[in-house]
Amino acid sequence: MGYPPEILLEAVANGLLMGAVYGLVALGLTLVYGVLHIINFAHGALLTLAMYAAFVAHGAFGLDPYAAMIPLAGLFFVLGYLVQRLVIGPASRGDDSNMLLVTLGLSIIIENAMLAIFRSDTMTLRLPYAMSMVELGDVLLSVPRLIGFGVTLLLAALLFVLMTRTDTGRAIRAVAKERTGAALVGIDVAHIYAVTFGIGTACLAIAACLLLPSFYVSPRVGNAFVLVAFTIVVLGGMGSVTGALLGGLFIGVVESLSGLYFGDSLGQIGIFLIFILVLLLRPTGLFGARA
Amino acid sequence: MAPRKGWPAMLEIKALEAGYGETLILRGIDLSIPEGALVAVLGANGAGKTTLNMTVSGVVRPRGGEIRFAGQSLAALSPPEIVSLGLIHVPEGRKIFPNLNVREVLELGSYRRARTNRARNLERVFGIFPRLKERTRQAAGTLSGGEQQMLAIGRGLMAEPRLLILDEPSLGLSPLLVEEMFTLIRRLHADGLTIMLVEQNVAQSLDVADQAHVLENGVISLSGAARDIAADPELRRSYLGL
Repeated sequence: MGYPPEILLEAVANGLLMGAVYGLVALGLTLVYGVLHIINFAHGALLTLAMYAAFVAHGAFGLDPYAAMIPLAGLFFVLGYLVQRLVIGPASRGDDSNMLLVTLGLSIIIENAMLAIFRSDTMTLRLPYAMSMVELGDVLLSVPRLIGFGVTLLLAALLFVLMTRTDTGRAIRAVAKERTGAALVGIDVAHIYAVTFGIGTACLAIAACLLLPSFYVSPRVGNAFVLVAFTIVVLGGMGSVTGALLGGLFIGVVESLSGLYFGDSLGQIGIFLIFILVLLLRPTGLFGARA
Repeated sequence: MAPRKGWPAMLEIKALEAGYGETLILRGIDLSIPEGALVAVLGANGAGKTTLNMTVSGVVRPRGGEIRFAGQSLAALSPPEIVSLGLIHVPEGRKIFPNLNVREVLELGSYRRARTNRARNLERVFGIFPRLKERTRQAAGTLSGGEQQMLAIGRGLMAEPRLLILDEPSLGLSPLLVEEMFTLIRRLHADGLTIMLVEQNVAQSLDVADQAHVLENGVISLSGAARDIAADPELRRSYLGL
């Protein structure tokens, strides 16, 4: 099993880069869980929707995915806000288990709408930089993944500032732990739920733009990422933003290394081994609060 | 101090009914709180005290009757809208935000109201509760019970309340802290704040209050000047166990 160190290093580095985008997908999931206390089953479908949106933005308006990132993030924030405010919230009538079913229903609708519009073929963007690499010492790194890594870190920093320095961010954290107390200081809980859902959805739009240069699109593509994101959320601790990011990086490296040792098609086996181990040994995750 | 005639009622509750699901908890409450007064609402566990507070602050929807605050009906208003009118409710069990630090919790007190005076009010609250000032960076959930109660009251004061509802502020505190809590309530009242004090601690509440109402099984069974109620033989026997 001996690989030369530069190959190992490269696998670790590429795993970290991929892991950052996994972390971004997991971030949206964990944020919604932490504040609304629901598992958003529409997360994968919304990621698929975002990838198609970026795909169409390129095909119809000639917008590069990186240029489409900010407008799509804004658009998906509004979309997420409205979906929570007008569909999930009212349909659940204050019952969390209903909310969960509504997100499941939503995912079925979105996936089938994508299937009806775009068919089941996988599609890829052909971008000149899709395969470009930079050499860092002995290590070759993919440029789109490097950009994905940088943007994710920047976004994480922005979210940190939002959550700690603004009234809206503090209100989000307050609602997460104490809804009634939040309502009694005049925080509109339904609005904060919708803002949180919007932020989670905007994270997906950004992840989609970061993935698209090197990934295919199909009506079910989002689910593959969200399955990994679930593992990350469990590993990092349900509701923990730091856990989602660090868990994402870790899972990226695990996937990359198990791909190296077991072959590409078995690359994800390492992820699910870890998933089972975490559930057995530390069900609250690495950064989760102990029950 | 007896209630003076001609004081406009800040809070006016008439025939209020409210409950959860099939259960009716409040069965027709009549209550009025004059501006500037300290009114105690006394009752045992399960009498409906917390339901009354939650209904007044809009968290629980009334089934019937009327609530007017400074002349305006609260029936159709949401909790944030009621907060912006200046009716501030410091709930039972404090309901502070355990994951935020002390300063953040206080600042969120002015999320809806008095935001422009945030810095000034923060200094004022730190003046009232110097212990909170020593702990601004500490997570609120790690404070002691007494400090959490101070934080909850401080958070309420940050909104510049016109009426402050205190739900069982002495619950779970040591006798020394209970004494301190009632001294504080007396002081806030002396500074001109209108207060509705909802308590199980009958003797000390009657000692600081102007007027009192006794809540039993969802109805007000006894109302009057605090001094008269303290002397009421019925109450002394059935409630105070004296």
